Amino acid sequence: MATGVELFDLVVIGAGPAGLSAAIEARRFGLSVAVLDEQRRVGGQIYRAIEESSPRRREVLGPDYAAGTKLAQDFASCGAVHVGGAAVWNVARDKTVSYLLDGGSKKIQGRCLVLASGAMERPFPVPGWTLPGVMGAGAAQILYKSSGAVPTEPVVLAGCGPLLFLLAQQYLDAGVKIKALIHTTGTGDYLRAASHVLGALRGWKDLSKGSQMLKKIRSHGVQTFAGASAFAIEGAEKAESITFTHNGQRKRVQASLVLLHQGVVPNTQLSWSLRAEHRWDEQQLCWIPVTDACGQIEETGIYIAGDSRGIVGAKASASQGRLAGLAIARQLQAISPEKFKALEPAILEEIRAHTQIRPFLDTLYRPQDAHRIPTDDEVTVCRCEEVKAGQIKKYVEVGCLGPNQTKAFGRCGMGPCQGRLCGLTVTEIIASERKVSPQEVGYYRIRPPIKPITLGELASFG
Amino acid sequence: MSSNETVVVVGGGLVGAAIAYGVARSGGPVTLLDQGDVAHRASRGNFGLVWLQSKGAGFPRYARWSRDAVDHWGPLASELRELTGVDVDLQQSGGFWIGFSEKEVVEREAMLAKINADGRTSFEMLDHQALKARLPAIGPKVAGGSWCPLDGHANPLKLLYALHAGIKALGGRICSGVDVGEVRSLGGGRGFQAKSSDGRRWSGTKIVLAAGLSNNALAPQLGLHAPVLPKRGQVLITERLKKFLPHPTNKARQTAEGTVQLGFSAEDVGLDDGTTVEAIESIAKRSVATFPILSSVKLVRAWGSLRVLTPDGSPVYQESAQYPGAFTATSHSGVSLAGSHAYEIAPWIAGVKPAPDGIGEFAGERFLDPNRKFSNAY
Amino acid sequence: MHTETQETKISLFMSEAGSQGKKVRIYFDGQPLDVPDDVSVASALLMSGVRTFRSTPVSGSARAPYCMMGVCFECLVEIDGRPSRQSCLTQVRDGMLIQRQEGASGLNMQSAEN
Repeated sequence: MATGVELFDLVVIGAGPAGLSAAIEARRFGLSVAVLDEQRRVGGQIYRAIEESSPRRREVLGPDYAAGTKLAQDFASCGAVHVGGAAVWNVARDKTVSYLLDGGSKKIQGRCLVLASGAMERPFPVPGWTLPGVMGAGAAQILYKSSGAVPTEPVVLAGCGPLLFLLAQQYLDAGVKIKALIHTTGTGDYLRAASHVLGALRGWKDLSKGSQMLKKIRSHGVQTFAGASAFAIEGAEKAESITFTHNGQRKRVQASLVLLHQGVVPNTQLSWSLRAEHRWDEQQLCWIPVTDACGQIEETGIYIAGDSRGIVGAKASASQGRLAGLAIARQLQAISPEKFKALEPAILEEIRAHTQIRPFLDTLYRPQDAHRIPTDDEVTVCRCEEVKAGQIKKYVEVGCLGPNQTKAFGRCGMGPCQGRLCGLTVTEIIASERKVSPQEVGYYRIRPPIKPITLGELASFG
Repeated sequence: MSSNETVVVVGGGLVGAAIAYGVARSGGPVTLLDQGDVAHRASRGNFGLVWLQSKGAGFPRYARWSRDAVDHWGPLASELRELTGVDVDLQQSGGFWIGFSEKEVVEREAMLAKINADGRTSFEMLDHQALKARLPAIGPKVAGGSWCPLDGHANPLKLLYALHAGIKALGGRICSGVDVGEVRSLGGGRGFQAKSSDGRRWSGTKIVLAAGLSNNALAPQLGLHAPVLPKRGQVLITERLKKFLPHPTNKARQTAEGTVQLGFSAEDVGLDDGTTVEAIESIAKRSVATFPILSSVKLVRAWGSLRVLTPDGSPVYQESAQYPGAFTATSHSGVSLAGSHAYEIAPWIAGVKPAPDGIGEFAGERFLDPNRKFSNAY
Repeated sequence: MHTETQETKISLFMSEAGSQGKKVRIYFDGQPLDVPDDVSVASALLMSGVRTFRSTPVSGSARAPYCMMGVCFECLVEIDGRPSRQSCLTQVRDGMLIQRQEGASGLNMQSAEN
């Protein structure tokens, strides 16, 4: 393998719907394309293991998952180079991407880049969330998609958001017993979401999908606690039960496996590491990289598409990927500006249609304040370095203004995950304590390596 | 707003905080003005060595200054722990410099011998075998090294936190989020004033400019010549590891948490504190050549930081001749010299002790001497 | 539907009913486990009754996988002598030797040959 830097017209990071769509689109116009992904096979998280999925599994997971099959096939035949098992550890502004593959550090460069790292589950900092036996609902879904693994005992699902209900439905279809569905959505959420109901109705297909899910869950007689709050997971060395407030009473459900979920958030490690500007979105309660309409950061030739640019779902992610591919074709003069102008409106309309329902969903399934900003000082916020909420509040008391200063006061954010599971919480705690907006507080300075790489692997290049 | 006696310290990094701490300790009121979360914060880039060997070759007063700083460190660490509960992880049981060629090692010996003319900075030269006996993890490419029993290391970020906490515990004031752009004398013996970019003002009888790179803009406003240039250093840090490195080396040390810090580059890139793949790979190569067992160890973070470097790499401490009561203090060795800043510079500034002898040698005018040669290798 | 072995009694996860396919043998802390050949190490361990994967360097607390997609770094185990591997991103291989990671990574004197 060459020790130099391979050059492509377009290098895409992420093989989910956005990344694959960007690649397919760019290939339509004859650009050379390479797609890198940490997983060996395409699909990202939402279409995880789509190529190896059995008919039975596709049936359980539903038509939205099965839709990934066509995307994967189109990608396989489009002529793009697929580099699976590639852990990207640095992206430079000159569009050189450094990645780890099979124990060696490699470099690749694009005349343009598309960053399509997708989303991750929002952290859920409640007492006991670090106990073995507590996992994300998305994590359990990945276990099923990639390994066909299902829970052995009746399982507890707790939190809020469409994925929680989707997993419940998928588990019921797979014959898995659900011990309890404990979710936080209550009257207040419905009332607040009502103001977005017009958008929801225009996205009626998504809305009806949602109500079918809830009907199925109800028809299976799953024990459901709605409008629940103040979760806490109990156990000595492993999860044993979850407690919560429901209808003014404190309740407890025993379980060795607790699946938590309160929505997904953009994976912004790459965009932050490039020092792109980000704005705090109060509706989605997360950081959104600032880009133009096609997803380009400033004039860099680096585009962001899909959920890592703001949660929009699989279909809109694919459309954003196409739009980025199209814009890049124009930028690299593979198509004329006129052709771009002719093709752009249809894609923008797709994006608009697929995101109609977002304001409604974001409001209806807004994660509770107390589940994002712990009220209990003993809650672990930084899992890697075991820094608690109370410690962070104390830093603010002693003069810490932002997340980067917390690293002088303690080790918050300095562990292997480099802030992925604590960053949002830390920003919100500091904002809450200082009584300023998260925008003003800012976020961790994200540095390479984006994924850990060994010194030996680094020393091997060249 | 502040009492007439107050010393205003501009810059809350390791140098400013140590001085403010020393002033508070002397019993005087002190106000420390700090930029906060957006500062360049050279302190974050400090490698953490409490280093003596190789300091002050060609500048005997600086060699002596560094030697005295070593003695101040123990008392400072104990005092901070007593006062604030923070343990800054000081270890002063010796350190190694590692060389990769015979030529390097020979040159090193000559330099260290010169510095040790007064016999206070003892050192030992070690060939590969002797070094391996002390550091079994050393790799075959290492030619040899030097050992100084007085060297050590500490945690720079904990030190910064402890100094800030100590200042407050002793009744000092810290204002954060303050970006000082203007400093001036109030004339008529009324002291000095610092003004921030958002229009707030602080005054005091005396003022100390310890604002790192910002000193370039501030020092001339008070008749002081103390030019500094940014020199980027990139540093790597690994995951936590079981203990294997008992003493720090000049480019690799294992912290109290078990992480290994590896360095470093020295680049002239202006105010760019980013990282480069080239430097990261180069530091990794050197690290693996030094300690081959680090080959399987994960790098968790790399960062760049802007050292605040004077033209000869040695400190500037000076009272303004034009405006007595205004001082400047700058050094890139904010960890090594912390004790001297707290126990020698601060009492001088506060007026409770005379100036350290020979302080004039640290005046900034030395850079204007056409006969003097210097480079900021360090 | 499935045989209730000692392992599945305490396992949090199992292969869904009717799944066949090739198996490979891996070892966890010396114990042999027969697992599907096309799954991640984390999945394999979770399906084989492993409840804790590591203890933390800071306090020695027990941890197990949380995100299954490589962002949480809780699933770290030692694989074939290399510490701190993300088991959710590593596919099983016949004969693989896996150890629970106790605290900080140890240093492998063998890798000096690298």
